[in-house]
Amino acid sequence: MTTLRPRYSLARDWLPILVCGIILFVILPQVLSSFQINLLGRFLTYAIVALGLDLIWGYTGMMSLGQGLFFGLGAYCFAMYLNLEAAGKNLPEFMPLYGVTELPWLWQPFHSPIVAIILAVVVPMLVAGLLGFMVFRSRVQGVYFSIITQALTAIVALLLVGQQQLINGTNGITEMRTIFGYKLSDPNTKLALYIITGVVLGAVFILCRFLIRTRFGRLLVAVRDDENRVRFAGYNPVAIKVAVFALSAGIAGLAGALFVPQVGIIAPKQLDITASIEIVIWVAVGGRGSLIGAILGALLVNTGKSVISSARPDIWQFIMGGLFVGVVLLFPKGIVGAIRDLLKRFKPNWRMPASPNLEVETTTLAAGEQQ
Amino acid sequence: MSSIMEMKGVTVSFDGFKVLDNLDFCIAYDELRFLIGPNGAGKSTLLDIMTAKTRPDHGKVIFDEKINVTRTSEHQLVRHGLGRKFQTPSVFGSLSVYENLEAAIGFKTSIQKLVGKLSGEQKDKIEEVIEITNLKDLRNMPAGILSHGQKQWLEIGMLITQEPKLLLLDEPVAGMTRRERDHTGELLHKIAKNRSILVVEHDMVFVRQFASTVTVLHMGKLLCEDHVENVQANPEVIEVYLGRGRGHKAA
Repeated sequence: MTTLRPRYSLARDWLPILVCGIILFVILPQVLSSFQINLLGRFLTYAIVALGLDLIWGYTGMMSLGQGLFFGLGAYCFAMYLNLEAAGKNLPEFMPLYGVTELPWLWQPFHSPIVAIILAVVVPMLVAGLLGFMVFRSRVQGVYFSIITQALTAIVALLLVGQQQLINGTNGITEMRTIFGYKLSDPNTKLALYIITGVVLGAVFILCRFLIRTRFGRLLVAVRDDENRVRFAGYNPVAIKVAVFALSAGIAGLAGALFVPQVGIIAPKQLDITASIEIVIWVAVGGRGSLIGAILGALLVNTGKSVISSARPDIWQFIMGGLFVGVVLLFPKGIVGAIRDLLKRFKPNWRMPASPNLEVETTTLAAGEQQ
Repeated sequence: MSSIMEMKGVTVSFDGFKVLDNLDFCIAYDELRFLIGPNGAGKSTLLDIMTAKTRPDHGKVIFDEKINVTRTSEHQLVRHGLGRKFQTPSVFGSLSVYENLEAAIGFKTSIQKLVGKLSGEQKDKIEEVIEITNLKDLRNMPAGILSHGQKQWLEIGMLITQEPKLLLLDEPVAGMTRRERDHTGELLHKIAKNRSILVVEHDMVFVRQFASTVTVLHMGKLLCEDHVENVQANPEVIEVYLGRGRGHKAA
């Protein structure tokens, strides 16, 4: 055996996915109400975004505060299609209110659902690719990268608010009735959307897991450990970082496209800075550098948010903040990291597959960067 | 005369201070060369110039007779056959020893092909390097837990997998124990065949193991270029080292 990565057995790799699939698609739909299924479907889209962030933050060491933006762009793309489908042959309802008499060229491609889905992925990828290229080429690193992505998010959110005639400004796109001819309010449509989201989450998870187990994945960790060494080892870190940033943005956009039909609204408020920070918190809580951790974090934090904020809406923000501070201080490697440490205590030689060793960097979680 | 690295009239200044001053410097093919010089002599800057990390204000830098270093990016230069070991050992701490070597050997692979596996030839090469760097028992360990000396060897090993035409080693034995130094010396002898090596090193005992030319850099200029013994006996060299009260160990 030449490569000494832990060997991946068929059972260990695929059995958990099968079990999760059975729970998600067979058991939960029997147990949960249509409302809860719809809610869970939304959380699953969050888990998809979290996977994308984990790739770029957990593995590559760059904390992007722009994932909410990419999610929002994907959501807008698909919302435009849903909006056009609802309007039928007419203009979307809000347009005549602002004196628009003809469908703007920007809306034209979104008549087709296929094009809308493709654009929901491609537009965020292009934005991230372009921004990434400029930022990484000038060797902006660490917190500065986070700040730039956050600034971009704020700018775009502001820009969207100002576009009253084009995309209904602050109100966002709300008029959505059917998807591919099926009523969005129908419980069966909701169930179908939930299942599709679950399948996409599984596919994205498998894709990410495949990637991090390749040499490309190890190179991402190498960039996190010592970018300069990567450059002087003959690789172009700019290309690697742009690739992974664009990929994470594409994943976020896809999640956004799945989010919109399940919620029925997308407004600039949903892609402001807070949204991006929340995504970071999910991954931090679950355990960055672990794909399972990212999914777990997104599901747990959002379930907690939904349960607590319906009981006591006034205290959720404090709990969220406390959770983040608490995790950073007590479990810097998140839930999954804490469990791993616990297991390691009993089995010293135990090493979780495909997990970059976060112990080496003891930098703060909030900065999430070396140097 | 043909040189693997040829520098002509290289000047670099930071905030008006000339770190390298109209410097001419050559390394021949297959040569093993040592570079010494007191603090602030410009040694690291010289390596930075050779590896395109810093661009000179003036002057020509030609690698392998045809590559204009000042117009090439760092990673491309590595692909052309220029390897550099940094002063502080820099390896990928979270990756295992094997994975570090694997990352190094795949350096010419394009991004799309990085999802593929190594060739059998590359795997053999990694085994060979693990063997000569004495890291066999540690191959599965994360590089972050290696000792200082082991990290240095791993980094040299990573460079060997890339089979560079010119290898730049910045203080490879600094901070090493006697035995580790000896092993590094052996390693250097082994890899010195069919390539040029430039070593920045102050440890004269170490340097003396190699019958080679030593270049002394002082205040951004060449002070002398001669055989080890002659350099050690050179009054000017003694003056710049001892005159500043630092002795041979000055880094």
